[in-house]
Amino acid sequence: MPTAPRSPTREDARLRDPAWHLRLTMAVLAALLLWPMLVASEFKPWQLLDAHSLAASGRFLASFVPPALDRDFLVLVAQSAWITVAIATAGLTLGWLGAVPLTLLGTARLSQSSVGRPMRPLPALGRQAVRWLLIFLRSVPELVWALLFVRVVGLGPTAGVLAIALTYTGMLGKVYSEVLESTEAGPSEALLRNGSSRLGAFFYGALPQAAPELTSYTIFRWECAVRSSVIMGFVGGGGLGQQMDMSMKMLAGGEVATMLIVFMMLVALADHVSRLLRDRLA
Amino acid sequence: MNPERQTLNTDATGGDAPPAASRRSAMLVLLGALVLIVASFTTLDLKWAEFLAPDATAKMAEFLGGFFPPEASPRFLAKLGWASLETLAMSALGTLIAVVISLALALPASLAPRTARASVIRGATRLVLNALRSIPELVWAALWVIAAGLGPFPGTLALAAHTVGVLGRLFADTLENLPPAPARALRENGVPASAAFLYATLPQALPQLMSYSLYRWENNIRAASILGVVGAGGLGQMLYFHLSLFQMREAASVVLAMLAIVALVDTLSFFARRQLTD
Repeated sequence: MPTAPRSPTREDARLRDPAWHLRLTMAVLAALLLWPMLVASEFKPWQLLDAHSLAASGRFLASFVPPALDRDFLVLVAQSAWITVAIATAGLTLGWLGAVPLTLLGTARLSQSSVGRPMRPLPALGRQAVRWLLIFLRSVPELVWALLFVRVVGLGPTAGVLAIALTYTGMLGKVYSEVLESTEAGPSEALLRNGSSRLGAFFYGALPQAAPELTSYTIFRWECAVRSSVIMGFVGGGGLGQQMDMSMKMLAGGEVATMLIVFMMLVALADHVSRLLRDRLA
Repeated sequence: MNPERQTLNTDATGGDAPPAASRRSAMLVLLGALVLIVASFTTLDLKWAEFLAPDATAKMAEFLGGFFPPEASPRFLAKLGWASLETLAMSALGTLIAVVISLALALPASLAPRTARASVIRGATRLVLNALRSIPELVWAALWVIAAGLGPFPGTLALAAHTVGVLGRLFADTLENLPPAPARALRENGVPASAAFLYATLPQALPQLMSYSLYRWENNIRAASILGVVGAGGLGQMLYFHLSLFQMREAASVVLAMLAIVALVDTLSFFARRQLTD
């Protein structure tokens, strides 16, 4: 028996998206949520297309070509690029110097007071305090640290170095502790139980297992520090960022273009060096 | 430096002891790092004197004391609340714009390089994504402020520009790594490419795309709170304003608001992650 042809209305119903109720509700909800966000962020793209601002941005963009390549300027850019790397390196070094003692204090794996028994309240409290200090140091954005230090020590690399040092003390301290906590407990515990000092347990128990990971994370952080030291230049932390900020304020597009290119090359170089070193360690 | 020579050397040494070549290269790296550190400290014009001078501690204490107590008048708190909202709106909108554009760019960036034309398109798109990504949000913000004036709008665009670079590449890699069978099955049965994408590729990739987008949003909230220091709206602009006027108590409140936002985001993402992974 041949099947009767379906009526067109049933065909339509079969083809209709079964989830359309939900989809419509979600779309309306999304629009309702989006509206206040558009207002709050003063989202007015037509401002960009306004003849006056279009001409201004057009002039600025046009001045990007050709990039500024005169000798004096290139020397200045090279100097700023070195200062940027130096700020990152010095900041990371100081951050490392701050992070290592805090890690040794904060890592429960190296605790003498918790060998074979629950940790005593006082050491537990001390560890918690170290952890809170580290959280505080890395929660304040490095740019904010830089802004504050510019107020204390004035414009220049000192503010950038200190800002990186404080933030990276927090970051390195946290990750170092986590890496050490995840090492095999056996060796350090055996050392501690037999009367070894905390440092002994660290050097002969935990460090040999964790060294590659610790080194590779530190190198990775150096790469990040190079990037953040450029950014800190924008609030007066010296180096390439500060030069870029000045050129932008003077609307010198050619100079901005050169520095953007140098910045990309610098980041790519740091990235490359860091990857090369980390691959070797792995 | 020569990888071949290095493997030869390690093979020759063998055994459990660290091979001489790798030990030598480790020493070289260490030496290089030391030279870099010493060179950095000697060439930078660091003002340690400011910190080591006898009156430095007193100055520092005075500076820190200026932050207390943080400003908490209702009028100021209302302004602070609005700036926080502005920050959240910038991050959400910037991420949303970036997700849409990234998805559009991920398609050409994930083309299989089978023909010359496909590999050119793929290469060019990836180059654009790399360029967008390698310029940090703050530099983008400084550039957009020139084009669009002060306020949260350039901040939104800056977040979007950098995020397109990040998400575009992640999306492209996701699309590339999907199992190709479902889309191919549809295509071979005569379904047009757009429908195959919507009904086979997209549903497979969606969870991964969502999780990348949420992760970037989390990052962007943090970034949005500081973008303002170059004039791109939100809490950062407020912080910069009050610090410039040396109104330290107001500045302290703004920093506290930033910390609160970051803590809130961290907590939410921690619980969301636990929900998703359990």
